[in-house]
Amino acid sequence: MKFLILSLLVLSSFTAHSTPAGDSQALRDFYQQQFPTIEFSEYADGVYAFDADSKAAWLDIKQFPPYEFSLETGKILFNRPFSNKSQYADCFANKGIAIAQLYPYWDETKQSIITLASAINDCRLKNKLPALAYESDEITYLMAYMADTSRGLFINTRLPKSALPAYERGKAYFYQRRGQLNFSCASCHVDNAGKFIRSEILSPALGHTTHWPAYRLKTGKLGSLHTRFKVCNRLIRAKVHEAQSTELRELEFFLSYLSNGLPMNGPSIRK
Amino acid sequence: MANRSTIKIRSKHFPDYTLVRTLIAHTMETGRNKNQDTKALIPAHFIQTLTFKHNDKVVSECHMGFGISKNPFFSFKIKQAKLGDKITISWKDNLGFSDSKDHIIQ
Amino acid sequence: MLTNRRQFIKKMLLTSLTMSSLAFSKISLGKWIAYDFGYRPIDKSLSELFPNKTLQKTSKINLKLPRRAENGNVVPITITSSIENIDTVYVLSEKNPVPLIAKFTLDPSLETYIGARFKMKETCDVIVVAKAGDNYYQIRKRVIVTLGGCGG
Repeated sequence: MKFLILSLLVLSSFTAHSTPAGDSQALRDFYQQQFPTIEFSEYADGVYAFDADSKAAWLDIKQFPPYEFSLETGKILFNRPFSNKSQYADCFANKGIAIAQLYPYWDETKQSIITLASAINDCRLKNKLPALAYESDEITYLMAYMADTSRGLFINTRLPKSALPAYERGKAYFYQRRGQLNFSCASCHVDNAGKFIRSEILSPALGHTTHWPAYRLKTGKLGSLHTRFKVCNRLIRAKVHEAQSTELRELEFFLSYLSNGLPMNGPSIRK
Repeated sequence: MANRSTIKIRSKHFPDYTLVRTLIAHTMETGRNKNQDTKALIPAHFIQTLTFKHNDKVVSECHMGFGISKNPFFSFKIKQAKLGDKITISWKDNLGFSDSKDHIIQ
Repeated sequence: MLTNRRQFIKKMLLTSLTMSSLAFSKISLGKWIAYDFGYRPIDKSLSELFPNKTLQKTSKINLKLPRRAENGNVVPITITSSIENIDTVYVLSEKNPVPLIAKFTLDPSLETYIGARFKMKETCDVIVVAKAGDNYYQIRKRVIVTLGGCGG
């Protein structure tokens, strides 16, 4: 009954005069009510905030993370000069160090969402290098290194007025039912967050963008958030949008705004 | 680029013991997985032996199969090690590849 | 003459004692044995690794393992024990196609402490056997390994 009232409240807050700030607050209130013992910052740990047993194993593995070699490769790739003697550091603020939390952001000049991956490729194209495939190891390792330099820094996605339509599209995508299984992102990550689907705990959407790239125990390698979006869509038998497609960037933008105030903690480990 | 080491070693020195942890870059392929594209079986490729030395003395010998996880991790505790002591981790796999690395306890 | 013989016998005794203590002081696994790491059921694996040995059940070996493995590809384990003089530790996963995961020797200068990450095929017991001289001890702990729900 309590759940019904709460979901109605959340829903009504959306249909009424919803603002992005209002959306975020409503969702956070919802999660807080559902999980009163979970601290806000713990949402950065995803499912591990919900189950002590899996958290213990996760912390064990985190003590010497299996992604260390890939992270090292990322650093080497980041510091390697281009053929024209320029480097990635020249394309980014603060030489590319401790800035990953600034992505994705809305570029008012370009009127588009810039993600870290797209910024890396913009840098390459600017320096006459071919763009990297968005699911390639190379770009993932670069993102891992850059994310690692931002560890502990807070997400603070800005929403200038011209970004609102993109934000709204991202939000609509999140709540849109799709695929053969007719699930929306919210079906699992809001309505059933914290619950088990077969043997897995469903993570809440709050905190979804903090910990990427993630080393998956299943694949034995680092993967990006967009790869994860693709897998989710494939699993619910919905159309799979390509990594860094407009739809997925908008979804990331919406989720990143929702995670404002949470600390960056990627690269990380997930099952 | 020179071949990077496949071995990382970290130690934590306490008065009554020294914790030594190692992470190794290795596929530990079982030989039962198929290549996604070609559908061919990926050949087994896994570390078989690992040696842990303290100041050049073998203190642990490990024999393993592909049941050890990819990017193998191992940890040990030396009862009495001193700062400046040398740790050496070496491995050899079923295809004849090997690597070794030294680490000084600090 | 008698003194020389006594000295000789004494010398021989000393030498053989030293030789035998040397032989026992360093446990070596020798060459990697493919047969030990072959496909076979757990019972056969245990009987062949420890022929005619009693694997005494003990609570003095502690296994730190997750109750439920998030993914069977990487199960972290930490083995400790208060049993003295353990020189070799064996880790097995009951229902893995190759049950023997690894064997480790431990020099007396090491604590009885081993951390590792291994693969488990399905829910079953993790079995650790510890050898202390001629005595063998075992402990088992169940780990749940389930199929994913949405891990993909």
